[in-house]
Amino acid sequence: MLVFILKRLLSLVLTLIAASVVIFFVIEVIPGDPASFMMGFEASPEAVDALREQLGLNAPLWERYINWIMALLRGDFGTSYTYKVPVAELVSDRIWVSLPLAIYALILSVVIAFPVGVLAASRRNSATDVTIMGATQLGIAVPNFWFAMILVLLLAIKARWFSAGGFPGWEEGFFPALKALTLPAVALALPQASILSRVMRSSLLDTLSEDYIRTARAKGLSRRQALWRHALRNALIPVLTIIGLQFSFLMAGSVIIEKVFFLPGMGSLVFLGITQRDLIVVKSVVMMLVFAVIVVAFLVDVAYAFVDPRLRKGRA
Amino acid sequence: MSIDVVAEDPRDNLFLVALKSPSFMIGLVLTLIFSSAAVLSFIWTPFDVTEVDIAHKLLCPPFQDWIGNLGLPSPDNNWFSSWKCRNDPAYILGTDHLGRDMFSMILVGARTSIAVAFIAVGIGIVAGVPLGLAAAARLGSLVDELIMRTNDLVFAFPALLIAILITAVYGPSAVNAIIAIGIFNIPVFARLARGAALSLWTREFVLAAQVAGKGPARISLEHILPNILNLLIVQSTIQFSLGILAEAGLSYVGLGVQPPTPSWGRMLSDAQTMISFAPHMALLPGIAIILTVLGLNLMGDGLRDVFDPKLRRSRT
Repeated sequence: MLVFILKRLLSLVLTLIAASVVIFFVIEVIPGDPASFMMGFEASPEAVDALREQLGLNAPLWERYINWIMALLRGDFGTSYTYKVPVAELVSDRIWVSLPLAIYALILSVVIAFPVGVLAASRRNSATDVTIMGATQLGIAVPNFWFAMILVLLLAIKARWFSAGGFPGWEEGFFPALKALTLPAVALALPQASILSRVMRSSLLDTLSEDYIRTARAKGLSRRQALWRHALRNALIPVLTIIGLQFSFLMAGSVIIEKVFFLPGMGSLVFLGITQRDLIVVKSVVMMLVFAVIVVAFLVDVAYAFVDPRLRKGRA
Repeated sequence: MSIDVVAEDPRDNLFLVALKSPSFMIGLVLTLIFSSAAVLSFIWTPFDVTEVDIAHKLLCPPFQDWIGNLGLPSPDNNWFSSWKCRNDPAYILGTDHLGRDMFSMILVGARTSIAVAFIAVGIGIVAGVPLGLAAAARLGSLVDELIMRTNDLVFAFPALLIAILITAVYGPSAVNAIIAIGIFNIPVFARLARGAALSLWTREFVLAAQVAGKGPARISLEHILPNILNLLIVQSTIQFSLGILAEAGLSYVGLGVQPPTPSWGRMLSDAQTMISFAPHMALLPGIAIILTVLGLNLMGDGLRDVFDPKLRRSRT
């Protein structure tokens, strides 16, 4: 078990290093000179030189990379060129929009997908199953930002149950903030719940055809008892992988949904960074999102080891 | 006797089996409709999609009032809007805020979506399949390790983050959207090819080819590749539909296809501020996306069933 976690930890660190090198190269090396890129074509050479100095661009490449990583490890994400405030400060407010949104959507998706998947699997090939499979097929095909717009049209503009966008902030109380995140979370959760229901169903059907289920049935358990007592736990492993993938997708996917609802999250910060050519903001925020994705993948792998005793015994 | 076995291979009467699967037929019809729309847009569209015609702006589809009043008691109320909208029978799907014909734009949008997704899938196949085959041919070697680790790294960046990184430096364009979606397809196909090729490398016919003195590259090309073609086709339809969704998302946030080229995602982004009084601008491109993606997914599922009846039970 410990060996498995250590091995995974090592590959986590290696992936993080590789990812940071890629981001560093794309942002700092490919544009040629980031300073003149950020200041635009009309900037005076003196101003560009000053910015070069300020960004430390005169140092050799490897030194700049090491400096960036060391600063990141100290929690220093650089200073936004447009806002003149530390990036960490810009992010610290916005992370409390993006992260709760992703978690909210993930919870919705799991809460919808579990019963739906179990229902479809337990009534395989019935009318219920066919309807669920058709509905999930449709759910996968719906772009979440389009669904978001339709939700706004029906529930915010027509019915006036929700506001069409914006975020009051958590200071305004838990429930108003949660309410503002509800439509975005529902929109994000629909395709994810559809995928997860299908994975849940097929994984359950796979386990239901295993020998130990037949043994359990032969022992006298009803199909339903066998499903709940034996199949469900074993069917959860592929489901767990998908949940892990979905979380990282939701963190990045909320970038688009934030735009629909004008939410002040990480995604809108990245777009601000792009439109204002603020490479420091783009670099740091993308690195943070990638960090989140990689760490979640790691945690899912470790959770695997806890759920599946076969992995714990060193088949890693 | 062996003739009987061959005759029962479903691939021999693939066409007949496919005809029996209703979901495959629905998928095929939808896909044909949208690919012919794309082809048609090259030769004919009812109106010019780049021509601005303010006199005819924001016309509703002629059937909108009728649908909007379905199930509602009074003709003054409407599911879509409280606005009485003008319409003109010449514009069968209405017009947008610049007076451009929605039907023409959806035709051209089909071309854009299909072209972007097609090239992106092509990138994935052309780069990913040889990598996967090479990794399988030299299992456990440095090449294999390197390819699989690089794949892990690409998976750590969701497609959207890759697109953001690229557009931050090169600026938004259709080409960059294609690259961003295409890069993400490479590991998908590499993994698929590697996994499928691995199981084939233990088979007798590969052993026979080795004994006959064929090298790993030739075996991969002549014996492995033809046998994994089915899997690749199925995965291509899935990646194609994901590509269409990704293109729509990128264009929606302004990172993809640039004006004046119509794209379904861009149409949705134009529609957002007008949704309360011109809901058809949001509904129609969304429905086009959903039907295309649904068609491709249904077709992919159907093909998988035909190619491999064993998988019929466990499809997700």
